[in-house]
Amino acid sequence: MVANTEIQTEHRRVNPLKFILWLLIVSILMMFAAFTSAYIVRREEGNWLEYDLPSVLLINTFILILSSVFMQWAYVSAKKDNIKNVRLGLILTFIAGTAFLIGQWEGWAELVRNNVFFGGSTSNPAGSFLYVLTGVHAFHLVTGLIFLIIVVISALRYRVHSKNLTRIELCTIYWHFLGALWIYLYIFLTLNH
Amino acid sequence: MSSTDISLHKDVHLEHDDHHDDHHNESFITKYVFSQDHKVIAKQFLFAGIFWAIIGGTLSSLFRMQLGFPEATFNFLEPLLGKWVEGGKLNPEFYLALVTMHGTIMVFFVLTAGLSGTFSNFLIPLQLGARDMASGFMNMLSFWFFFLASVIMFYSLFLETGPAGGGWTVYPPLSALPQAIAGSGTGMTMWLISMALFIVSQLLGGVNYITTVINMRTRGMSMSKMPLTIWSFFLTAVLGLLAFPVLFSAALLLIFDRSFGTSFFLSDIYVAGQALSHTGGSPVLFQHLFWFLGHPEVYIVILPTFGIVSEVITTNARKPIFGYRAMIGSMLGISVLSFIVWAHHMFVSGMNPFLGSVFMFLTLIIAVPSAVKVFNWLATLWRGNINFTPAMLFSVAFVSLFISGGVTGIILGNSALDIQLHDTYFVVAHFHLVMGSAAFFGMFAGVYHWFPKMFGRMMDEKLGYVHFWITFICAYLIFMPMHYMGIAGFPRRYYTWTGFDTFSTFLDMNSFISIAAIAVFFAQLFFLFNFFYSIFRGRRATENPWKSNTLEWTTPVNPGHGNWPGPLPVVYRWPYDYSKPGAPEDFIPQNVPYSQTQSSNLPHERDEF
Repeated sequence: MVANTEIQTEHRRVNPLKFILWLLIVSILMMFAAFTSAYIVRREEGNWLEYDLPSVLLINTFILILSSVFMQWAYVSAKKDNIKNVRLGLILTFIAGTAFLIGQWEGWAELVRNNVFFGGSTSNPAGSFLYVLTGVHAFHLVTGLIFLIIVVISALRYRVHSKNLTRIELCTIYWHFLGALWIYLYIFLTLNH
Repeated sequence: MSSTDISLHKDVHLEHDDHHDDHHNESFITKYVFSQDHKVIAKQFLFAGIFWAIIGGTLSSLFRMQLGFPEATFNFLEPLLGKWVEGGKLNPEFYLALVTMHGTIMVFFVLTAGLSGTFSNFLIPLQLGARDMASGFMNMLSFWFFFLASVIMFYSLFLETGPAGGGWTVYPPLSALPQAIAGSGTGMTMWLISMALFIVSQLLGGVNYITTVINMRTRGMSMSKMPLTIWSFFLTAVLGLLAFPVLFSAALLLIFDRSFGTSFFLSDIYVAGQALSHTGGSPVLFQHLFWFLGHPEVYIVILPTFGIVSEVITTNARKPIFGYRAMIGSMLGISVLSFIVWAHHMFVSGMNPFLGSVFMFLTLIIAVPSAVKVFNWLATLWRGNINFTPAMLFSVAFVSLFISGGVTGIILGNSALDIQLHDTYFVVAHFHLVMGSAAFFGMFAGVYHWFPKMFGRMMDEKLGYVHFWITFICAYLIFMPMHYMGIAGFPRRYYTWTGFDTFSTFLDMNSFISIAAIAVFFAQLFFLFNFFYSIFRGRRATENPWKSNTLEWTTPVNPGHGNWPGPLPVVYRWPYDYSKPGAPEDFIPQNVPYSQTQSSNLPHERDEF
């Protein structure tokens, strides 16, 4: 009986940290499920301001997809121990992510120019919802950027390679999720406008 | 990939070995304050839960005094409450704040954080044969986020405008407009901040519980050999993971409405003749979002006690649990159903009556898995060789309270009957029996049962009996009469009702309920004394005082960080081999292989490895 005991960790199927990340992703998804279903329910009730989505959002979408490509490239390079490309890929991801955030900010500016406000006497929930959806997504993207910085630092210290993939793998999953979440939001907003 | 995984696991092992060597050298801060040991975190949650239960109970005693004795003056409360009892009369807005905070504290801080936080943290690693939670750091964060939420909620009790006063469901527009009542001012802001932190704490904890159950089970501990406690904690965490983010969304939108001038929930409101700038919002939307959390929340409260009670009943009846798989199946059923019944809280909100009948149908289906559970508990007790320990008494009483509270749920679930019963004391009686008292009884059962493992000493049984009988009798004395008042239409949340002739006949009954409520509050002193005295002076416990089968009883009396000094135990059998025919003793722990129990093995039972 005693001889058997230390084998126990072998049947651990997934890295627990990875599993934790997936669960956190589920909770974020539930948040956005709540927002988007609230959006639909509220829209059905009428008194809903119809306005054009900021055109910059489409460009932002492509930037974010591009950043995911960079991220995947960095991850694949890490698997192949190509440290130089890992660094380059991560930094490009970071730049694209930041560009996306700036683009989102520009989207908000465009909304304000079109008199679609977040709050105040002239605001309508239709506009406020767009700010909330993009804002909460942007907040999560900032957490993704912080995660990226951590991975970049460890990559600069030669700590990201084929024998130490956990960190970059988690970051890749999270980053792809943020991209997919944005694509969902963008399609959702386009269809419901 | 596979090679990296193995090396990673070796690291984990080395870490654990380190823990064994150095856990004596830990400083006070890392051992008792910022501890990452699940057992210490569990105790932190337990102490915080007890603290909040005392506060929540005090608040209810205060408003019960007002309800029971509307003509009396309470000058003696002035030193405690100051201007809230000017001239001995409780301030009406303070009454609303008392009701709100009682609900918030009991539902979230005691029966969610105090209950899941204590028992999930304590039992998941111990009963699964794990050294600790998947992430001790996140577990620690979970407690300290809860602590921060607690500090803010506690501070709001002392605000000049009082704590939040819009009801624990914080429906807008009342909660969204600071000018509506005093309790919608700073108190409400702090309520929302505190709850946001609370949700973060719950998510950090829940993610950890789920990951630990899925990934950290010891060898042999398949999902179908897990104790029912673990199943219940697991499903509770899943419910929390799916429901709490939705409350977070609702709270966020409410914060925007309150402080940033948006109109998600506010529409065309006049306050004191002045039109507000808000337009186009939908207050019913908030109810949908709130109850999408709110209904699973009541199962987050009750599910852990399902597990605790199953475990205590089977151990003390010295019989295998009746219908182990049916128990798991019914908990799964309840968990799934809990997400599709939320609108039964909103039958009178003006929703489509057809939709109401759909939600009514789904709600009534919950009676089926609940009845399965009750039947199985009763069948487990049937002809058992019962040891009436305090934990067992609380568990049997739990079944009683769950039946009496659950049956009224079937009545309330009817959308037609709800028109009469909505917002009456019938509702109050229903949910206090089924999720208030029952969950508290389950929690008491858990504390009495696992106290020896937590503190290495036994609680005093005689004090436990006194505590149990007073609490049990008073629980019924309080809530049974409330059904009667509720059917008569007596509304809840009213500060005073003596102005209505219809209700003055209930004066004596209200006084009676109040006396019982205050008596049961003071009866908890027996428990508190017993609890704290036994921590230091209780009889020393043995390793397995209840002759139980689950793995936590195979640890030393005071398990250190890492739980088992040697290798982790291996599991060969389910946790309920009690009174097995042919066995020399009436229990066979999970880590005993079939090869050592030839005399009692059934034909198909042989070791799988």
